[in-house]
Amino acid sequence: MKKTHILAILVIAAAIAIILSTAGDASTYVSFDQAFQMASNGNTTSIHVVGELKKDAEGKVVGLEPGPDQLSFTFILVDEAKKEQTVYYNEPMPPDFTRSEKIVVIGGFQGDRFVATKILLKCPSKYQENKLNARV
Amino acid sequence: MLHYFIGNLGHLFVITSFVTGLIAAFAYWRATVIGEQSALHPDWISNGRIAFAAHALAVLGIVVCLFVIIYQHYFEYHYAYSHSSRHLPGQYMISCFWEGQEGSFLLWMFWHAVIGVVLIFNRQSWEAPVMSIFALVQAFLASMILGVVIPGLDLKIGSSPFILLRDAMDDPIFTLQPNFIPKDGNGLNPLLQNYWMVIHPPTLFLGFALTLVPFSYAMAGLWQRKYTDWVKPALPWTLLGGAILGLGILMGGYWAYETLSFGGYWNWDPVENAVYVPWLILIASLHGMLVYRNNPTGLKLSLVLVLSVFLLILYSTFLTRSGILGDASVHSFTDLGLSGQLLIYLLFFTIGAVVLTGMRWKELPTSEKELSTYSREFWIFLGAAALCLMGFQVLVPTSIPVYNKIVELFGARSNVAPPANQVEFYSRIQLWFGVIVALISGTGQFFWWKKMDRTKLKQELLSPILISLVVLAVLILTTRITDPTYMALALSGIYVMVANSRVLYRTLKLNPRLSGGAIAHIGIGLMLIGILYSAGYSKIVSLNNTGLLYNREMGTEFNRDNLLLFINEPRTMGGYEIEFLGERLEPRNKGGYVKRSEVEPTTDPFKVVAKRNIVYRDEVLYQAKDTFEIYPENTFYEIQLRQEGKVVATLFPRVQLNPGMGGILPSPDIRRNIDRDLYTHVSAPMNREAEPEWSALEELHVSPGQKFFINDYVATISHVERVMELPGLRLTDDDVAVKITISVEGEHDTYVMEPMFLIRNRVDVGRIPAETGELGVRITLLNIHPEKNEFVLGLQTRQKDWVIIKAMEKPYINILWLGTGLVTLGFVVAMVRRFRDESRSASGPE
Repeated sequence: MKKTHILAILVIAAAIAIILSTAGDASTYVSFDQAFQMASNGNTTSIHVVGELKKDAEGKVVGLEPGPDQLSFTFILVDEAKKEQTVYYNEPMPPDFTRSEKIVVIGGFQGDRFVATKILLKCPSKYQENKLNARV
Repeated sequence: MLHYFIGNLGHLFVITSFVTGLIAAFAYWRATVIGEQSALHPDWISNGRIAFAAHALAVLGIVVCLFVIIYQHYFEYHYAYSHSSRHLPGQYMISCFWEGQEGSFLLWMFWHAVIGVVLIFNRQSWEAPVMSIFALVQAFLASMILGVVIPGLDLKIGSSPFILLRDAMDDPIFTLQPNFIPKDGNGLNPLLQNYWMVIHPPTLFLGFALTLVPFSYAMAGLWQRKYTDWVKPALPWTLLGGAILGLGILMGGYWAYETLSFGGYWNWDPVENAVYVPWLILIASLHGMLVYRNNPTGLKLSLVLVLSVFLLILYSTFLTRSGILGDASVHSFTDLGLSGQLLIYLLFFTIGAVVLTGMRWKELPTSEKELSTYSREFWIFLGAAALCLMGFQVLVPTSIPVYNKIVELFGARSNVAPPANQVEFYSRIQLWFGVIVALISGTGQFFWWKKMDRTKLKQELLSPILISLVVLAVLILTTRITDPTYMALALSGIYVMVANSRVLYRTLKLNPRLSGGAIAHIGIGLMLIGILYSAGYSKIVSLNNTGLLYNREMGTEFNRDNLLLFINEPRTMGGYEIEFLGERLEPRNKGGYVKRSEVEPTTDPFKVVAKRNIVYRDEVLYQAKDTFEIYPENTFYEIQLRQEGKVVATLFPRVQLNPGMGGILPSPDIRRNIDRDLYTHVSAPMNREAEPEWSALEELHVSPGQKFFINDYVATISHVERVMELPGLRLTDDDVAVKITISVEGEHDTYVMEPMFLIRNRVDVGRIPAETGELGVRITLLNIHPEKNEFVLGLQTRQKDWVIIKAMEKPYINILWLGTGLVTLGFVVAMVRRFRDESRSASGPE
């Protein structure tokens, strides 16, 4: 066997190892119920939950509670299975938080509280804006 | 008056560019197929040239039309309305051009057209096959901005930048008033109003465009069975592409560092990965091309890699523009409905390249010779393999959303998400790849210049290894590296620098033109060291030191990274005394900052009136009562850092408000020192729109001159006066109005507050309170007892102005920027050499 072949085999082996390790480190999109189950089974890996903020009949966000000195806050997220869950986030509230139409929280349960380590906000894009704004 | 003409002209140019692209591709294809011997060959070549020249002019025409629309503020066009506004400073009008997807496709096309013209002028023998591929790519890109609906099928091809606002939006106003033109546009995303955003996109897209040149040469080589000849003309373009693409990526990183506040220059976001991977493969292909002359196996490798680079660029375009990344990225990608077209674009060239390579694979020259461990080819292969795996490790997780989509296509459901902590996930492994690549490139250099065997290698390697170990020991001791991973990275970075310094010394003596490789590799070593310190030893200095446990339930590890600062209340942070001095505004026409408390707003949000003389750094910027222009969306937070009582830095981190763009966007201010950057950004500003909560009124009886306290500040009534005139109110003889002047001693300034007491028509009592926001104080003059020479004041306080900040220290980040500069310089030196080689061999006898 030539050295190039050995090299090629090693590269393929490394590539497979990379795929396997990615699969091992990949997170999953789950609902709050599944996340809670995972946590109670002792699985502490971070997961993604996609949801929306809880809103009242007038479309106002409810359940937002700033922490002491506003350095952290909690909010209620409704996941895609309509389950409500209080989420704790250890950063000041992102300024455009309440405007977001979809929120992805990354984190996991600690006890019965969901602690987010990262939040991705999907804000309404101006491309989807079909109305002219007030400045006309 | 709607300006129909310019839009129609632009659209005509778009259609022309699409059609001429197809014609040029066809003409050049015919010229290639019939061969150079045919009598018709020159005719088809000139047909191709004319068509491509027309195409290039049409592209230029589109660019000019779009610029005119943006520059002239023709808000009847959707593009101008969505991306520009009247208040936008001139230089950022350029950024508007590529803020939209249509404009960035256009930018890409523009560079292709420029490069295509250069190629036509330069290469004679390769023109036909290379340009037919070029023109075909251009036709695909033009189709993205075509904006044509095929009648009957209701199929829309492309999204035109020349669409009218009324056609893009179904606002009821357009049914009432079809010719309605908005007075102002939506404006440019404030984050993009930055000088880097003026030059980063053109650089990046030039890099994208340059990868098409080697791709076209490689495809032409396969097609024409000139399996080895394509490498020489493609090599200098690959070098140029590597330099420009690398520079473009780093500009993006630098922009993120200066503008976004995630605390660094690289976040392993899918958008970043999508350009990082092609760059790595480009570098691998470059090295493959360098060895092709000695080992035909190198040819196969470089062929596959060169083709992959352009296909990866197409793939990344698909990833970032089709909306497939949806939940995976913090960037809001918008889907213009082009996903199908993008997929066809990607698949067309992927399948084309794979099929052509497969057909010719058996014919490609190979070597039967055993590869020696002591040959430079071996080390180059090793390095290329490491670079490819390095890219692969990033590509696989970035493609998880694509994987989910494919699974969904087959009816199943996949819920795989990208790694939860992407920075940690990628950095952990990429760091080791960095170590491996550095070790290989350091060692490989010795094989490059000399014939090696075991004993010689030992001699050559001994001193660089020893020197590296000594330098490492010094670094470990002086900068306290304790993590073994970091030690490995430091060692490999030093080693690649030491080894290449030696090569640099030799090449400089021999012929400085050959020194490009050594310079670039030294730059890579510096970058590794810079990344190691700035990222690995990035330290949050705004640790909470109030001694309070904010949230008992959550334990102590929380609530540490951000610092709440009340105005004028010094705190200690990371060896500094830090104090928030108030909110500042930025005048439009002068440098410096203006205190928000020193100006009065007007009905025009862009104009304010000075309350008193405004002084910034001992210079009077404006006189009292001057009206001047500001940027209303920007608020700066003046933060002073002191050490031992001396001011060491005044930082102005910024918060931008732009409701039209969806929110409040903080940007850091960076205090740059030679050995470290201090990086500070606002993590939460005070909400100015919410009504502040005032405390219950506290009554106080005071006489003029008597000291009293309000919100812990010393105050006195310094002056009492009867006023005869009030703004907007005429007083008669029956009215009494009294104004008292109270001076309040703040930490840095004396504030003057003037509450008023008013009796109208002898019965109606009116009170006009005075407020000082910065001190959080409101005083109402409740009553006057002239007989006792006493005033009854109502005192109220509220929470003082505050801001929450986060501050980080980035040690030795300048080493990273220096390394970047060296890498670019190395590329340029190597490129100059290869372009000279090529022009010499092209003009000389072949």
